[in-house]
Amino acid sequence: MELFKELISKNGLLFAFLLVGLILGASQLLSKHLFKGRIPAAAIAIIGALILALFGADKGLANIEIFAGLAVLGGSMFRDFTVVATAMGAEIEKIKQAGLAGILSLFIGVSFSFVIGVIIAYAMGYTDVKDLTAIGAGACTYIVGPITGTAIGASSDVIALGITAGVVKTIVTTILTPLVAKQIKLTTPHAAMVFGGLIGTTSGVTAGLAATDKELVPYGAFTATFYTGLGCLLCPSIFYYLLMQLLG
Amino acid sequence: MKIYGVALLVFCFLIGKYLGGLLAELIGISGDVGGVGFAMLLLMFANGFLKRFSWYEVQTKAGVLFWSSMYIPVIVAMAATRNVHAAISGGWTALIAGVAVTLVGFMLVPLLSKIRTTKQESDGTI
Repeated sequence: MELFKELISKNGLLFAFLLVGLILGASQLLSKHLFKGRIPAAAIAIIGALILALFGADKGLANIEIFAGLAVLGGSMFRDFTVVATAMGAEIEKIKQAGLAGILSLFIGVSFSFVIGVIIAYAMGYTDVKDLTAIGAGACTYIVGPITGTAIGASSDVIALGITAGVVKTIVTTILTPLVAKQIKLTTPHAAMVFGGLIGTTSGVTAGLAATDKELVPYGAFTATFYTGLGCLLCPSIFYYLLMQLLG
Repeated sequence: MKIYGVALLVFCFLIGKYLGGLLAELIGISGDVGGVGFAMLLLMFANGFLKRFSWYEVQTKAGVLFWSSMYIPVIVAMAATRNVHAAISGGWTALIAGVAVTLVGFMLVPLLSKIRTTKQESDGTI
């Protein structure tokens, strides 16, 4: 057993490939036989992986020593690298065509997320402008939250709350996207770019689109990649200032 | 050779990330703004450009396509390493805010998708 553990921890990344292969294989079987193809295998695998993450702690399954390699495979290096590779199948013309809608969706996406986050925080009893800003920024993405919170000097428990709101957003997006894609007409590259701009959480958007139709992934990722930057730009500056004026 | 494709991909990735880092620095935040987007654009242009050369053959592309097919496995690994506990136990404020923001975002998709960039005739006038 010791030898096995040592072998795995020395080859963590490779073991992660094996694990993910097993998860996807099991999902393929479930998709085909249990769900009769109605739920795509990728969606089952992603939801299954989220459930497995419950067995760990802050890093999900990767908190368990032998599964630590999953954090490398699922880390931002591989995520960004493989998402760039998907651009091989994307067409520049389609990106140009959705350019204006994409830019608008980015601004609208960051603004409405912030506003809704602030309104809900206010309704839940938070009145301090710094607290409200940190939670509103967290509702954009879990990266915008802490960057904004730190920049304006919000307290650490409120920053943590903002991050949590962002994590909830990522997970809800991952699970719901394949289920509601048809209803919200998320079927074209054009709509995928708008979707990426509106939701903005790169991991949620790309995971949701991967489970819906993997042809759409590059388009959603393209706009989502600018969202966090825009959020970090607007939240601690203009939005914070406006909120301060409003609540004085 | 497949390695040419992988090398091209890494090249585009690193340049894109670098540009993203520069943009972030310009704005005054740490990290990377749009790095993935820049890298994707670069790869698309590079692919379009290199297609005309005979040495850029199927196997070279296969080097890129392999990594693009690894996308879903990477996402599964990412999902398995999320802090799902925090999402569940973060209290009602975080839960309601996260869910509400996502739902409204979904509802706005069909509305904003109606905006299309129409090609305008450039006849010198505005």
